[in-house]
Amino acid sequence: MKEFKVTDHILVPKHEVLSKEEKIELLKKLNISEKQLPKIFDSDPVVKEIGAKIGNVIKITRNSPVAGKSIYYRIVIKSE
Amino acid sequence: MKWERVHKMYEELISNLELPEKIKEDMSKSFEIYKPTKSQAKKIIDRIVNTYKKMLYEPGEAIGVIAAQSISEPATQMTMRTYHVAGAAAKQVSLGLPRLIEIVDARREPTTPMMEIYMKKEFNTKEDAAKVAKKIKETKLKNIVLEDVIDLVNSEVELKIDINYLNNLDMNMESLKKTLKKYIKNYDITTEDTTVKITSKKETTIRELQKLKLKIFDISLRGIRGITQTIVTKKGNEWMIITLGSNIKKVLGIKELDPTRIYSNNISEVEKLFGIEAARNVIISESSKTLADQGLDVDPRHLILVGDTMTMDGTIKAIGRYGVSGEKRSVLARANFETTVKHLTDAAVEGEVDRLDSIIENVLINQVAPIGTAMCDLVFKPKTSKEK
Repeated sequence: MKEFKVTDHILVPKHEVLSKEEKIELLKKLNISEKQLPKIFDSDPVVKEIGAKIGNVIKITRNSPVAGKSIYYRIVIKSE
Repeated sequence: MKWERVHKMYEELISNLELPEKIKEDMSKSFEIYKPTKSQAKKIIDRIVNTYKKMLYEPGEAIGVIAAQSISEPATQMTMRTYHVAGAAAKQVSLGLPRLIEIVDARREPTTPMMEIYMKKEFNTKEDAAKVAKKIKETKLKNIVLEDVIDLVNSEVELKIDINYLNNLDMNMESLKKTLKKYIKNYDITTEDTTVKITSKKETTIRELQKLKLKIFDISLRGIRGITQTIVTKKGNEWMIITLGSNIKKVLGIKELDPTRIYSNNISEVEKLFGIEAARNVIISESSKTLADQGLDVDPRHLILVGDTMTMDGTIKAIGRYGVSGEKRSVLARANFETTVKHLTDAAVEGEVDRLDSIIENVLINQVAPIGTAMCDLVFKPKTSKEK
């Protein structure tokens, strides 16, 4: 039997780790600092699965009922 | 041939627009139907883009207040209605306002946890679904006991078992004895026809026997802990199981079920297993479902805002004193919400500073609040002597 992956679940949208250059570009484009981004814990099952590290920015492509597709960003922080 | 060229022209016009995917899709769909010429198409696109931009909220609009009012106004209507649903469907779920409060307060456990489970493609039959439903439903010993007697003279508990029920669970008296042995020690277990006798090895009091009885009644013989009821239904072409009680982790391991489509209304459980984004999705779908069930029409955007706010910091926060409102930076804003004196005294002890840069505190002291056009500040940068 194939191992179940959290990222295959219908409730979980697509998560991608941004490269360093992409991260800098994004922060510049939005004119914000890292602290102002929404957060995601490093203990989050999806973060563990895609292997993101603390400080990485994750690009989330959500299915939205109003816009069809919407893009969201979260920064990985240490869990409490 | 010509049609392909037109089709390509449409694609080129639409693909570079800065519009949401859905509007683009709708546009190309209706272009296929009405087949406008290139200049017409351009005009249409201009109109759509303009209208879209007009519909957007401007920077500084107080969308939080708008969302709060848009949700709570229908919720007020709900308070008056929920307790008066006269003897309708016996579906045992918490509905209406109580459920909405549960979601927004980020309670650990919903009062009526539920799961929706779909079958895998190769097991998509009524028989398989019924089999799995039977397998996962939790059966405790007390469900199969017909009669129980506490015999104080011999210091034993005697249970009369519903043998048909037991056979239904693919068990017999022997295996029942084995299961019981795992849970209780220092007692002798003997089985007869349809009775089980649990005898104490030493003298006991009636109290201890009572305690023993309650303990063995709670032993689960079959199924997954927490799932008290299962209902097999058909949704479209697919068989699915609705369960009362939620235990995603255990259900994930069952091979007949589709692990990618297990849905639970227990938000904190979803967060733990599938992550914060999945939890956000459940918050939004649960709250919109609750409102829709009551016949209320709330725009999904407001609920999305609530979901985003609650999951912003990587974990689920309640809307209220112990969550979003209690973590505001401004002392006055916190004091304005609930437990005023506590916040003010704490702030005085710690020597907190309120920078008056948010909305509530400015309303409080009768200043222009930084919303809408008042959000802008004048910035003056005098030239340094070197630059002159």
